[in-house]
Amino acid sequence: MSEESFAYTPGLAVTSLTYIVKERSLPIKGEILVEEGQKVDFDTIVGRCYLEGPPYIVKIAELLGIEPEEVPRYLKVKIGDVVKKGTVLAGYTAFLGLIKKTVESPVDGVVEGFNELTGHLTVRSPPRVIELSAYVRGKVVKVVPGESVAVGTPAAFIQGIIGFGGERHGVIEVVSSSNQDVVGPEHIGEHHAGKIIVGGSLITYEALEKARKVGVVGVVVGGAKITDIERILGYRIGVAITGRENIGFTLVLTEGFGKLPMSQRAFKIFKEHEGMEAAINGTTQVRAGVIRPEIIIPKEVEVPTEALEPLGEGKMKVGSVVRIIRYPYFGEIGTVVELPIELHQIETESPVRVVKVRLQDGRVVTVPRANVEIISE
Amino acid sequence: MAIDKEPRYVLATDVGSTTTKARFFGKVNGEWKFLASGEAPTTVEKPVEDVTRGVRNAVREVEELTGHKILDDSTEELRFVMPYLGGKVGIDVYVSTSSAGGGLQMLVTGVVKSITAESAQRAALGAGAIVMDVLAVDDGREIYEKVNTLRFLRPDMILLAGGTDGGDKVHVLEMAEVIAVSKPRPRFGVSYRLPVVYAGNRDAREDVKKILSSDLFDVRIVDNIRPQIEVEKVEPARNAILELFMEHVMAHAPGYEKLKKVVSTDIMPTPAAEGLMIRTFAEMRNVNVLGVGMGGATTNVYSVFDGRFLRTVSANLGMSYSIGNVLKEAGLDNVKRWIPLDMSDDEIMSIIYNKMIRPTTIPMTLEDLLVEHATARESIRMAFNHHKYLARELKGVKKERTISDIFEEVKAEETYIDMKRVDYIIGTGGLLSRAPRRAQSMLILVDAFQPIGFTYIMQDSVFMIPHLGVLSKLYKEIALEIFEKECLVPLGTVVAAAGTGTPGEKVADVTVEYSEGEKERFELTFGNIIRIPVSQHKEVSVTVEPTKKFDFGQGFGRKVSKVVKGGIVGIVLDGRGRPIYVPQDLGERRKFLLSWFKAMDMYPEKFLERIGG
Repeated sequence: MSEESFAYTPGLAVTSLTYIVKERSLPIKGEILVEEGQKVDFDTIVGRCYLEGPPYIVKIAELLGIEPEEVPRYLKVKIGDVVKKGTVLAGYTAFLGLIKKTVESPVDGVVEGFNELTGHLTVRSPPRVIELSAYVRGKVVKVVPGESVAVGTPAAFIQGIIGFGGERHGVIEVVSSSNQDVVGPEHIGEHHAGKIIVGGSLITYEALEKARKVGVVGVVVGGAKITDIERILGYRIGVAITGRENIGFTLVLTEGFGKLPMSQRAFKIFKEHEGMEAAINGTTQVRAGVIRPEIIIPKEVEVPTEALEPLGEGKMKVGSVVRIIRYPYFGEIGTVVELPIELHQIETESPVRVVKVRLQDGRVVTVPRANVEIISE
Repeated sequence: MAIDKEPRYVLATDVGSTTTKARFFGKVNGEWKFLASGEAPTTVEKPVEDVTRGVRNAVREVEELTGHKILDDSTEELRFVMPYLGGKVGIDVYVSTSSAGGGLQMLVTGVVKSITAESAQRAALGAGAIVMDVLAVDDGREIYEKVNTLRFLRPDMILLAGGTDGGDKVHVLEMAEVIAVSKPRPRFGVSYRLPVVYAGNRDAREDVKKILSSDLFDVRIVDNIRPQIEVEKVEPARNAILELFMEHVMAHAPGYEKLKKVVSTDIMPTPAAEGLMIRTFAEMRNVNVLGVGMGGATTNVYSVFDGRFLRTVSANLGMSYSIGNVLKEAGLDNVKRWIPLDMSDDEIMSIIYNKMIRPTTIPMTLEDLLVEHATARESIRMAFNHHKYLARELKGVKKERTISDIFEEVKAEETYIDMKRVDYIIGTGGLLSRAPRRAQSMLILVDAFQPIGFTYIMQDSVFMIPHLGVLSKLYKEIALEIFEKECLVPLGTVVAAAGTGTPGEKVADVTVEYSEGEKERFELTFGNIIRIPVSQHKEVSVTVEPTKKFDFGQGFGRKVSKVVKGGIVGIVLDGRGRPIYVPQDLGERRKFLLSWFKAMDMYPEKFLERIGG
């Protein structure tokens, strides 16, 4: 055994005060509508851009039954022309009007291009206006003209493990008396409309339905049955890339699938911030540039303006507080008492690098290092 | 970078989608040995976004385990003590592969789906790419649907093929036009010029360049992939893809610029390196080989059959990030059929989906392990189906027909991979390498591939095939030496029959003759497995006399005799038929599964007794 030994382990942020900087980027170049130093609210529109509409390739040559090089002679429009659905793009009349062939635009749009090699014309639909909100209440700390802004605020910040649904905001209300409690439909009422409700270890399917019905904005809970989530979504989950679900509210699971008590620390933070307005986002991407769902509770306090410390690479040492993230001790919290260098054989007979953790009830358990996450140094 | 002197110590890493795996090799008493491994989470993602951090952490573990000084700690940047300085200080060679950040994601387009698009797909897969979609003029999608696909997907690269040299060029230009007007946005941001490899009709090259002349694209012209209908030439396209992978994709992945500075040869995509090693082995021994690499995000299948090499990468079939998708694609019932436990759907799904959201965790209980093993079988099975779909003769070629061809046509499968003639199956990847008992890997591979006749099964000892693949570019001999002595674990020979019957019915009489002349006789019955412990250093003669309903490779009811090698698991007589007989009824199924697990000595006896009730 060695106290010198260490391990790197990913962890989720659960902090009652930090300084959050949210980069808000337009998908393509556009205009930024705010200035550095300006105060913004959750809904403030900070930028706008025009996303090109989809292109439609109109096969003029084929439709008129002519060779591509002949098409220009029969075109009725030119590049840059604004056309309506049904506008004649090309056509000809023969035999004193007895034979008439025309090609009409399939959509409203602009004539973007003509390909002389194929005899095809491209009509592009009108652009779509994309408006970008501040998402969090705070101050604009950086502006990149035409591209992005950064909004900074002191805040409580809690990351979940997986979420569903996108950016929303609402007032926090804790509906469970402890982090162990199950949220049922009886815990949700009309007065929760527009709010972010916080529960304990599990939310039932009926409660999820009720939340949708009454117009809850967000649900944050330790766990939910995977089968209930799929019932709410209406389909089976494939890969963990979420955020675009249309379930009527945003759902964030802080621990995972199943009945899993929310970490005491996160639950306590929500309790302390009850009644405050928060931003919630269920967007999750486990793969390639990990994104975890989050709840940001902006605060009006003075803290040094510095970016959030990197969270993902904690150094696990003797004394580190960790949470076990796999059965049979899923959700248990404890303190690292030993980090043996040598490989240990676990129940599955796998020889792995392990960590010995003293759980809150005093038991010392040996678990793979890969199965714990640091929750504080 | 060529290195003249033979090295003493070699460090190799694979920057995987979940974990960065360092492997350390050295020459000890004149022989190359695998010395130690170190692993750490891959740091391609926020907040670290620098792969060299994960590499450093993994190498640090190697240092800790061996006491060998490898990292140059005088700088913050990743640097190694190179060359070897004597004692336990320094290394001579550092190589790396990568599949982090989602690997190389490509979109493939062709004119005719079953001709050029299929060839293009083989070329992209051959370069170790994940093919996100295959677009063809005749794929049944309207142009606007193709445009939408291109706009929605964010490929790292596009391969555009179509038309034979001198043939019609309108269709391939139409596909170029679809790409041009879609203005696909690559995932690495707006400043990234999307590489388009054009491998179509030679006469359309200038026109393609013109259509794709905007700043959005970087067009690379290579030889036509199907210069004539009956000729497929994938090598030039494959090489261009690999070159562009280094130039563009790797250059945009966080930290790779730094990693590129310290490697002794170009970083290879993991599947490309894995395939290279398996191919080298098959060619050297002149055998038919099937290989599988089970990653966190993808499952890669390799085949070398009658000298033909094919590699496929099945995106979203993997054992961590993509494990949820394996369940989705296979269906819960298919996963459940391998699990003899009293578990609710919700319990099984929770294990699988919690692994998906916490991909670096490992099973701690035997129940968890069983669920992962069940999912692994399905992942390989589906990836192998994908592979067989591409492992087929060129389409569009008019063949001279004979009477026997007419009978051939009724075959359901068109693949050229004949399971009766597969000599070796090699498995690699975290799940197999980490399987606590080798018998687990063996049965997972057998259940997933379902070989027929006599097939030797091997696995990667600690997941080092990709590492050796990239090393083989510099030192083929060293890589092969380590591959054969240190990497491949000989599991044993499986002897299996095609055919089906009723449980308990006789499949064959089997006689095993040992070198000492001693003979053992077995009656293999339907639905059962018999494992005969024979070590990897021994050879025995196996004679199978099947009943007329079963075929061990020489035809139904025909006797077969072969001299085979044992292995760590031994010789496995598989009487479960093909496809493997798995009863629908849960009670019945549990009985069968437990009997197989017991015969294979696959899981601890106490555990099997407990779940057997």
